[in-house]
Amino acid sequence: MQGKNLLELAGAISSGAVRVVDLTFTLSPDFPVIVLPPEFGQAAPVRIQEISRYDGRGPAWYWNNVTFGEHTGTHFDAPIHWFTGKDLPNNSVDTMPAKDMIAPACVIDCSAGAAQDPDFLLTVPLVEAWEAKHGRIPERHWVLLRTDWSKKGWRDYANLRDDGAHTPGPNPAVMKWLVEERGIIGFGTETIGTDAGQAGHFEPPYPAHHFLHGAGRYGLQCLCNLDQLPATGAVIVASPLKIQNGSGSPLRVIALVSAN
Amino acid sequence: MLQRCEACGAFAYPAREACPACLSAGLAFVDAPRRGALLAETTARVPSDVYFRERAPWRIGLVRMDCGPTMVAHLHADCAEGAPVLMSFQLDKSGQAVAFARPEGETPNMADDRQWREMTADPKFRRVLVTNGRSLIGQEAVAALKAAGAKTVFVGVSEPWRPFAGEQLLRGQQGIEVVTLDAADEKSATDLAADIGGKVDILVNTTEYVRPGGLLDRRGTGVARDEIDQAYLGFINLAQAFGPAMRMRGADGVSSSAAWVNILSVYALANWPAFGAYSASQAACLSLSHCLRAELRPGGVKVMNLFTGPIDTEWFQTVPPPKVAPRAVAQAIVSGLRGGLEEIYVGDVAEEIRQRLAANPKALERELDR
Repeated sequence: MQGKNLLELAGAISSGAVRVVDLTFTLSPDFPVIVLPPEFGQAAPVRIQEISRYDGRGPAWYWNNVTFGEHTGTHFDAPIHWFTGKDLPNNSVDTMPAKDMIAPACVIDCSAGAAQDPDFLLTVPLVEAWEAKHGRIPERHWVLLRTDWSKKGWRDYANLRDDGAHTPGPNPAVMKWLVEERGIIGFGTETIGTDAGQAGHFEPPYPAHHFLHGAGRYGLQCLCNLDQLPATGAVIVASPLKIQNGSGSPLRVIALVSAN
Repeated sequence: MLQRCEACGAFAYPAREACPACLSAGLAFVDAPRRGALLAETTARVPSDVYFRERAPWRIGLVRMDCGPTMVAHLHADCAEGAPVLMSFQLDKSGQAVAFARPEGETPNMADDRQWREMTADPKFRRVLVTNGRSLIGQEAVAALKAAGAKTVFVGVSEPWRPFAGEQLLRGQQGIEVVTLDAADEKSATDLAADIGGKVDILVNTTEYVRPGGLLDRRGTGVARDEIDQAYLGFINLAQAFGPAMRMRGADGVSSSAAWVNILSVYALANWPAFGAYSASQAACLSLSHCLRAELRPGGVKVMNLFTGPIDTEWFQTVPPPKVAPRAVAQAIVSGLRGGLEEIYVGDVAEEIRQRLAANPKALERELDR
């Protein structure tokens, strides 16, 4: 690419010809985190503690100490997060190729289905129907599952019941197919995980984690504003914190969208 | 408790070095019979002491104990001259033990006496914050405090997006207000205190985070950090958020702020290796409670520590009985507040540990190592 094109892009962003859509929830202690059975280790919640706020602890400056688990807030999953990806090269957030942090996205709108059924599952036929309308999903694209789940109040968002979470996600077949037949770079959702709330009962359990990370692909979850993206043509910028041997991290996810 | 002569059996008061009856030096403190008769009473209308001046008129009297000594005592309003009374030592607002005389029998609304309420932290008419409504103890505490006549019980629930067993007992109930509180989160505690800090008269810290294991059976510090976050840092967050306003409101009328309650494991006193790291976090909280007691004292707010052995909840499943029912803890909270106590031991295990620790700490350490 010519240097001129990059400057044109910068100009288009500055002029608004290319919109920048923030797909990120505010990282705060109030945001739901994944709940595992209590006998397993738990993600540390987000904590924000003042070091000083223009006071005796630091007269001219305000700053915080922040602690959180790698998988809190809007966050990124690296292949090393799952056992299927544990032996891959460059499988952690600090070693993954930086070029993978910018890629185009296909957005599949399943908001109608998810509104009907909290356990809504994305399937191969549904994706094929999407492709019939928008064209084949190109390789190294993100597939983002729009469910409008991010618009819910926190209780409905987590939707925990006695038998666990009930939130939409992909079924096992579509995950395997997207990874193997379409070569996607990753899969993103609005819900607390890339997998459905009940995915622990699937075969294999947690198929999005299983297939994505086993093939060195990535996950994004707790995204918002997917309703502001076109079905195709948006470019996702998702660069996780460079945590040593990190399995993921909260991050700022933005999408570049052509305004016309 | 009064001194009693080991030689002749006579009770002595005030404390002295030799028996006034037989001059024996053996004067041990023992539980004395509590009955007496009110000899004379007077009402101080313009006391010289600033504390009592604010609370005048104030009744005091002379009580002749059935066991011998005559004592000056604060009087319940229903005590009549010549009538029998029951004596007790109560902790006054400054934390000193003072003699208090009540009528021998029950009288109507006996616990509502103005002078008696100064000596206690009765939840009746008061507004109480129960910090964790997710636990059984928290829910039982809410019910017991409500039944004891608390005006409002605020009950903290962390992560309100997460349903929990017993939730329907708290939500939409008269006099119970569910509030968002994650004590381990500084901002959450501060935010809630901004809303209700000026109307919490009694704070009951029902934080409960029990995990088994000591040092070698665990990997890493993750669980220990959670224990410290929940129990110790949670305590600090609550104290910093609610303590200052409670201390300021210690004299805010007859339903002033009155008490802070901690529920501590009795293994705060002596480490139980099966729950060794948990014991250590509880020991830290115990130490902190003594600091809080000293810091709240200038405001006349009491700190009550309630010690229990293993409670009949999920995380003590593997522990054999006897275990303490959450309801027993809740009832002990109420009775302790009504009595204005600083320490209370609930259940056989807690009482046994207390006694064995007093008798022989090294033996107790060795015995718990099993």
